[in-house]
Amino acid sequence: MSSEKSDSKKKGCASFLDEKSSRRAFLKGLSIAAAAGSAALTTGCIPPAAAMGSEELQLRWQEFFKKNYRLMTQEEKDATVARLERLAKLHNNLDVQVSSEPPLENVLYGYAFNITRCEGFMECVAACVKENNLDRKTHTQYIRIFEMEPGQLDPGTGDGQYFHEVPVENKFYMGTQCFHCENAPCTKACPTRATWREPDGIVVVDYDWCIGCRYCQAACPYYGRRFNWGQAEVPPEEVTTRQHYLGNRLRPKGKMEKCTFCIQRTRKGRLPACVEACPTGARVFGNLLDPESEIRWVLKNKKVFRWKEELGTDPKFWYFID
Amino acid sequence: MVRILSFGTSLTDRWHMRALHEKNLRTFLADVICWNLRGSIGFQLFRLVLLGCMGMGVYAYSFQARYGLSVTGMNDIVSWGFYISNFTFLVGVAAAAVMLILPAYVFHDPDFHRVVIIGEGVAVGALVMCLSFILVDLGGPLQAWHLIPVIGIFNFPSSILAWDVVVLNGYLLLNALVPAYILYSHYRGRPADERKYRPFVFLSIFWAFSIHMVTAFLYQGLPARPFWNNPLMGPRFLASAFAAGPALITLILAIIHSATTYSIDRSVFSKLRLIIVISAIINLIMLFSEVFKEFYFPTHHSSSAMYLFFGMDGHNSLVPWIWTSVGVNVLATLVLAFNPGKSNPKVLLPACLFLFVAIWMEKGIGLIVPGLIPSPLGEVVDYLPTWVELSVTLGIFALGITIVTWLIRAALIIEQEYVGY
Repeated sequence: MSSEKSDSKKKGCASFLDEKSSRRAFLKGLSIAAAAGSAALTTGCIPPAAAMGSEELQLRWQEFFKKNYRLMTQEEKDATVARLERLAKLHNNLDVQVSSEPPLENVLYGYAFNITRCEGFMECVAACVKENNLDRKTHTQYIRIFEMEPGQLDPGTGDGQYFHEVPVENKFYMGTQCFHCENAPCTKACPTRATWREPDGIVVVDYDWCIGCRYCQAACPYYGRRFNWGQAEVPPEEVTTRQHYLGNRLRPKGKMEKCTFCIQRTRKGRLPACVEACPTGARVFGNLLDPESEIRWVLKNKKVFRWKEELGTDPKFWYFID
Repeated sequence: MVRILSFGTSLTDRWHMRALHEKNLRTFLADVICWNLRGSIGFQLFRLVLLGCMGMGVYAYSFQARYGLSVTGMNDIVSWGFYISNFTFLVGVAAAAVMLILPAYVFHDPDFHRVVIIGEGVAVGALVMCLSFILVDLGGPLQAWHLIPVIGIFNFPSSILAWDVVVLNGYLLLNALVPAYILYSHYRGRPADERKYRPFVFLSIFWAFSIHMVTAFLYQGLPARPFWNNPLMGPRFLASAFAAGPALITLILAIIHSATTYSIDRSVFSKLRLIIVISAIINLIMLFSEVFKEFYFPTHHSSSAMYLFFGMDGHNSLVPWIWTSVGVNVLATLVLAFNPGKSNPKVLLPACLFLFVAIWMEKGIGLIVPGLIPSPLGEVVDYLPTWVELSVTLGIFALGITIVTWLIRAALIIEQEYVGY
């Protein structure tokens, strides 16, 4: 098809050069180029359209015009959740449950990371990738683990690419992820309010409202955000089917995503996957408003610090030393 | 070379004359289209090349539409690349129209009055390119309507990007409507009513500064990126814009002067040279000030500048780029300042071209990419645009040039006819 296109284009140019009546040839060239251009654009933009059934097309059409998640009534949330579940079935033959669980009352999540205990096994990373349906093709990971030399305390100076047996003598390990800042630069930057901080302290992205401008990514001082540069690939048998609208549901391409403290788990009273997976107990997660919680105990009894405190972002993520 | 762009022997001799009473908005639009479809073989060829470039851009974009931004060289570390670099630079070109508007409308400089319309045409073309670069950079262009107030959500005034949307579209509107009104009045053979458009001209002067300051604030407001988080960013944007923009306008005026019957007075060129030289010198002083701050006592926050000027951890793809830019910039500024050819256009025009290119190199890629390197986690990577990015960019530049030539051609025909009327 493309060769045909270029042939006709060549012919258009040739006749333009032969004939002296330049105007006609010019118009002809113009119309051919325009036709070729629009053909290229439409075949590029809507390739799956032909493959879609009418039901899928209709669902996608309704999805296209839905509101920002925060403005939806519960009925509208239920409707979009039903559509998303149906689309997952139609498109990927997956039976998923998408939740729209609201934040729990009197809960503010906090996270603490014990740098004495972490030995760099990266079980947390593997659990996070699995739980949150992260793209296997580009090896997206929300959590990064850095191998640190003694005397350092800034993860930015550590080695994030290590590939050897751990733990290494005289080294220690620091993990990073989204720190769920109370004064988050990313939510301030977003031009469409597609990302915000929930009442329970989780900074979330409405994947369907995001326009993919990546201003939030530039604004984040912690490298907490990941972009879907292409369509994420997750083997169907590995997809975590218990999902949340603001959490681990499969993301469309061209949208921002990030750690959500496993919103699909934590809002049901469970621990984030990374905390559960950690074999050394280096990760502590809990409700900052509950005086009896472990996280409160850590904040009270350990020497804690936060990364880039000078930026005033007020993260809900602390490092501590035993 | 310039002759290829020739509009024909005379702009007006092929113009099918209409009687005044026949002229209305419909014939205005029809005539503008008509004039633009005519022209010499060389001109048609030029148009065809532009059309081919745009076709190439559309073809390349189709890959991006299908596979997402993964077909670009960008990644989670360098999350803005060639598109945003060009966007940033072109905001400056658009803003530079004010350097013609200010003397023409405020100081009533008669020489500038003759060329101000060309500056406004360039601004419109540059703005269309800016908005196109934003659009092709979006991961979800189909969701762009989420930005539109009322039907979408506009995060105003918190997000500087929201401010940028307002100021860019507003400036486009001002720069399109004021000249359109003046041209339409002249087309109908009567003077434009200054009382009607003057307030908008003043607004557009204020607005020109604002588009560039707001675009600078886009970067300046990010404490996450120490390279950008610098109060000199906004003023330096203005200085570089008022050098690069008038340099481009000088080149365009030179082409118009030699290729059409619309002659441009010598004094315009010498006044433009003065504007360029002053702005370029201020720009270089500010660059020196920035470099001093980064390297006299390098801190943690100097790592982006270190990467840019000297490379880091074996990654140094921008080092030759930035040194070329700085070298050419200094040289071109010196030539324009000392004027060794005694105002010989064969010396000054290439100097303008080189200055323009040097500022494009520095204020595009040289500003955006190192701001993102090293990442907040200290990781250093190199960025290279892919063929898709290069082709889409070429297509957008072709679109901009097409718009500028269409507008200027129509404007010149109307103005010449009006003056001769």
